[in-house]
Amino acid sequence: MQFMLLFSRQGKLRLQKWYVPLSDKERKKISRDLVQTILARKPKMCSFLEWRDLKIVYKRYASLYFCCAVEDQDNELITLEIIHRYVELLDKYFGSVCELDIIFNFEKAYFILDEFLLGGEAQETSKKNVLKAIEQADLLQEAIEQADLLQEVRLLTDP
Amino acid sequence: MALKIVKGSIDRMFDKNLQDLVRGIRNHKEDEAKYISTCIDEIKQELKQDNIAVKANAVCKLTYLQMLGYDVSWAAFNIVEVMSSSKFTYKRIGYLAASQCFHESTDVIMLTTNQIRKDLSSPNQYDTGVALTGLSCFVTPDLARDLANDIMTLMSHTKPYIRKKAVLIMYKVFLKYPESLRPAFPRLKEKLEDPDPGVQSAAVNVICELARRNPKNYLSLAPLFFKLMTSSTNNWVLIKIIKLFGALTPLEPRLGKKLIEPLTNLIHSTSAMSLLYECVNTVIAVLISLSSGMPNHSASIQVSFSRHAHTFSLKYLGLLAMSKILKTHPKSVQSHKDLILQCLDDKDESIRLRALDLLYGMVSKKNLMEIVKKLMLHVDKAEGTTYRDELLTKIIDICSQSNYQYITNFEWYISILVELTRLEGTRHGHLIASQMLDVAIRVKAIRAFAVAQMATLLDNAHLLTGNTQRNGICEVLYAAAWICGEFSEHLEEPMVTLEAMLRPKVATLPGHIQAVYVQNAAKLFATVLRGHEGVPADSMVAQETSQLLIDRLPLFVQSSNLEVQERASCILQLVKYIQKLQQKDVEVAEEVTALFAGELNPVAPKAQKKVPVPEGLDLDVWINEPPSGSESEDEGRKSKGKAVFAKEESRHTKPRYTEVDEKELAKRREVRKAEQANNPFYIKASPSSQKVRRDGVGVEHIPVVQIDLSVPLKVPGMPMSDQYVKLEEERRERNKADKKKKKDKKKREKGEKGRRRRGDSGPESEEDITPAHMVDIVTEEMPEVGIYTWSLPHWTFSLPLSESTARHLNPCLFPSQKSSTHKKKKQKKEKKKKKHHHNHSDGAGDESVQNGTVEEEEPLPVSNQSPFTLSINPCPLCQIPVCDIQGNLQDGSQVVVSVIFENKCDSFIKSMEFNVLDSLNSKLQRPDGAGPHDGLIVPFQLPPGISNEARFIFSVQNIVMPQKLKGTLTFIVKTDDSSTHEKLDFKLHFTCTSYLITTPCYSDAYSKLLESGDLKGCSLKLEGVNQPFHHLLARICFHHHFSVVERIDSCASMYSRSIQGHHMCLLVKTADQTVSIDAKCDEPGLLGNVLDEIKLTFSQC
Repeated sequence: MQFMLLFSRQGKLRLQKWYVPLSDKERKKISRDLVQTILARKPKMCSFLEWRDLKIVYKRYASLYFCCAVEDQDNELITLEIIHRYVELLDKYFGSVCELDIIFNFEKAYFILDEFLLGGEAQETSKKNVLKAIEQADLLQEAIEQADLLQEVRLLTDP
Repeated sequence: MALKIVKGSIDRMFDKNLQDLVRGIRNHKEDEAKYISTCIDEIKQELKQDNIAVKANAVCKLTYLQMLGYDVSWAAFNIVEVMSSSKFTYKRIGYLAASQCFHESTDVIMLTTNQIRKDLSSPNQYDTGVALTGLSCFVTPDLARDLANDIMTLMSHTKPYIRKKAVLIMYKVFLKYPESLRPAFPRLKEKLEDPDPGVQSAAVNVICELARRNPKNYLSLAPLFFKLMTSSTNNWVLIKIIKLFGALTPLEPRLGKKLIEPLTNLIHSTSAMSLLYECVNTVIAVLISLSSGMPNHSASIQVSFSRHAHTFSLKYLGLLAMSKILKTHPKSVQSHKDLILQCLDDKDESIRLRALDLLYGMVSKKNLMEIVKKLMLHVDKAEGTTYRDELLTKIIDICSQSNYQYITNFEWYISILVELTRLEGTRHGHLIASQMLDVAIRVKAIRAFAVAQMATLLDNAHLLTGNTQRNGICEVLYAAAWICGEFSEHLEEPMVTLEAMLRPKVATLPGHIQAVYVQNAAKLFATVLRGHEGVPADSMVAQETSQLLIDRLPLFVQSSNLEVQERASCILQLVKYIQKLQQKDVEVAEEVTALFAGELNPVAPKAQKKVPVPEGLDLDVWINEPPSGSESEDEGRKSKGKAVFAKEESRHTKPRYTEVDEKELAKRREVRKAEQANNPFYIKASPSSQKVRRDGVGVEHIPVVQIDLSVPLKVPGMPMSDQYVKLEEERRERNKADKKKKKDKKKREKGEKGRRRRGDSGPESEEDITPAHMVDIVTEEMPEVGIYTWSLPHWTFSLPLSESTARHLNPCLFPSQKSSTHKKKKQKKEKKKKKHHHNHSDGAGDESVQNGTVEEEEPLPVSNQSPFTLSINPCPLCQIPVCDIQGNLQDGSQVVVSVIFENKCDSFIKSMEFNVLDSLNSKLQRPDGAGPHDGLIVPFQLPPGISNEARFIFSVQNIVMPQKLKGTLTFIVKTDDSSTHEKLDFKLHFTCTSYLITTPCYSDAYSKLLESGDLKGCSLKLEGVNQPFHHLLARICFHHHFSVVERIDSCASMYSRSIQGHHMCLLVKTADQTVSIDAKCDEPGLLGNVLDEIKLTFSQC
């Protein structure tokens, strides 16, 4: 997979992940182009389109479009499944996810994506394992934050 | 200290966090840009604080802003700071920001190498995890080179969580740094059998991706993957494996036979559409590779596909797969015609285009009319010119393919073409025009009809030229005018057409069309004269016609287009002259007609070759002896020229031309062509020049099929092609009935024995359909361009043609040729394939060594991780950990040394100066004006814990010997209250290996090199080496920059080149732990030293 974009019906980018090194300018151009092309498509059209030398696979979930670019030989259907799996993961993590969850916790959305895909390839096919890894990393983060807090409290209480 | 921290956390409470930022942006919809710029100012303030939590928060906000499209590259260094925080919370944010914002040209990336290395070896698996994830997004060739080893170690980490990530990221590393593949591949292969399914699938993923880029090297893994395929139940893994097999089967057909069964099983058993699709794709690949079709299997695909093709989104994929099947098994696709035609109605353009592609291969004589009718309906409905143009070209492609093989009624085709002219704004007017010309010329029987149609077109020209200037469709008028003029004898009312062609509006048409108009008006004029002469009552008409021309032509004489002007004035004068004659009652018709006499027949471009050379005609012999004085002649001619006068000399001259070799001939041809090109009087060779006007004699021999239509040919107005469909059906019915009658007769004759083999009620087979018109001239070799280009159709050549030349072959069609566009595409594809192939053969030398060569990227020009030996005096402050010496390809005497400086102390280091004591042989390149002992200033400063890389160029004269250079680094260590000047001594060791550059070599070039005898030999024996042979080769390749040319069992030949172009060849053999290396090089000194270095490498392990 070359990149993944999430954007809203209004064309606002909600998440972007690039697995190929491109300059900011190119990235902006590509996402602008694609968002326009995909938003112009009607709901009954198929989920695949050929774009430059890539295949674009997209799917709409509620108000969000999930869009992936894969290479010519890649399997479009498994890409759709990857998108779906990611949506499921978000759903499990946030508990019936909505666009706002992704806007306000966008770093979490990235962490989940990073546990699921690495360098554009699926790294973990088990939903359970992905969520477990995220939860544990979150626990670790909380523990650190708590320790910091305790330290500060201690510093405040006995100078 | 405590207060500082507390203060920081209080600050934090007042800072905006990410949520606040997002909320703020949503609340400031009107002045978003302004709001964000204030936010960015705040962030800049936050980044200046010491508190890492504040910084991390700021970086997190920046990451969000980056997604919104704001430039945050200025904060790259702050991101690195957050990345290097020891706390996971911040590290996580730092790496996320880096993975989103960094790309290859971000310069701070090189500062991160050591931080990443530290994180990779962190005891906390989540630290390692985020580092790997981040790295996968921004890995650069430099990072890949420096960290390859660390990641390789992680592939055997105890935690599957890390192993999995490490395996996957290796793919990215291979892409950036192909040299790492060899040493890493054995471990990667091991991971295919990892106990953890996640790691296993990661390894499958990586190897499949590698194999897709260069399948040849991975054939040997096929059995292993076969086992995995039959045992695995994970669909994700299965898809990857099946895709891999799809890439492998073209190389190994036997594999295909083995695969068919498990794949068909999967097809029937799986419920996952994606897996099914992958299986079908691979089965198709297999079927293509097995040239002998397996009809039953393809049938099974068909079943499974048509089962699903109805569901909405799969249509597209179904069509895609079908187009692959179509190439090899057209029959099996044809049965889905209705389904595909339905797809033309789809709302989605990509589905429609796919369906169109399929139609091209599906037409037959029987269904052509039906399909085209359907397409015509779509043309009318289609919105969007691109799709309409696509439809138009497809219609013409479909009809004209294989020399109009499938067209049975050309009247129908002409009407289709005429209908197509009604398309507004199409770019393909030229295409339609050339089709009209082609058909009118080649199908004699159709001419009368075509002329009538074209006359109508001309009459309605205003409809075509219509509103817009850039309307491409007016090209059609070019064809119409020419056809009407050339075949004017078929015109019923030439006067009307002539009048139409001379309307003032014509002057707005493009020049080349006007030119044709003018010329053909003259032809029509001739026809009108012939029609009206001799009858006294009509002589008035003839004179009126002349007057018409004289009235209208001046308009064209004034044309700005030279061609139009010239023709118009010529013809105007002619007509004036004729008018004079007419007034004297002289009969002129015959003479005028003679101007345009003769018929233009298309002739195959290679037909000329078939003209037998008359006996006694030798084109190479001089007709007249050349004049003697010409100085420009070559030697042979000179002597011949002299021979005319002085015969005694001629005995010595060899016969001319026989000795002239090919090269010389080619040269002369070039010269001649150049001359001709500059000569305005020379008509250049073009396909049209080979068309020949024949005298009327041959025409009678052409079999003309009577059109058995019961309706009048002239259809008033624009004809509807539909009626031809009906007519065609009727005609076929009749034909069938006739045949049936004959058959019945026969049957009766034969009595009971002659059983009917074909049921009358059954569908008629292809052969039963007889075409209504024949394409006249058909050849084995169609011209390269496929469609004749009629630049100036009235130019004629008279050349005697024997009957065999203009081959009016028996009236059947030759299906051998495909249309030109198709052919071109194919050629392109072939080219592409060749390219691929080329890539493979590049790797051919390596592939037998190990299955791990990556060819996907251009190998880096030089990539030497040379064992740079450092003798550094213990210095607590600064360290030079890695040094990298690279030869410079452009300049045979330059070597680039990259040095990484790392600050290990807690103080700031600045004003670094790098100096090396030059030797006679090697010199540090200093800027102009610097003295030979001046140091170079390192262009950066080092904050604590940071490392950076600097490059220095050395010029080296002699590369035969290894070198050691002494150098010093001076720098200032700055602490809060003081600064001290420090010095660090070091030695640079240039090994001979570092002068070598990995260069691929083909085996034939290699053997030539060895045969040349320029190389001197030397040999080396290594005892007690107990590593596998391919490891050993990989080691030599990796450490000493060799590439493998060929490997046979336990013997391999290797090649490398020095920066000064010395060839170095190795023959490595192994037997019982003894390795013998025979080496040859044109520089024995260099060879000896490199061998010593190789020996050292092996003694170290």
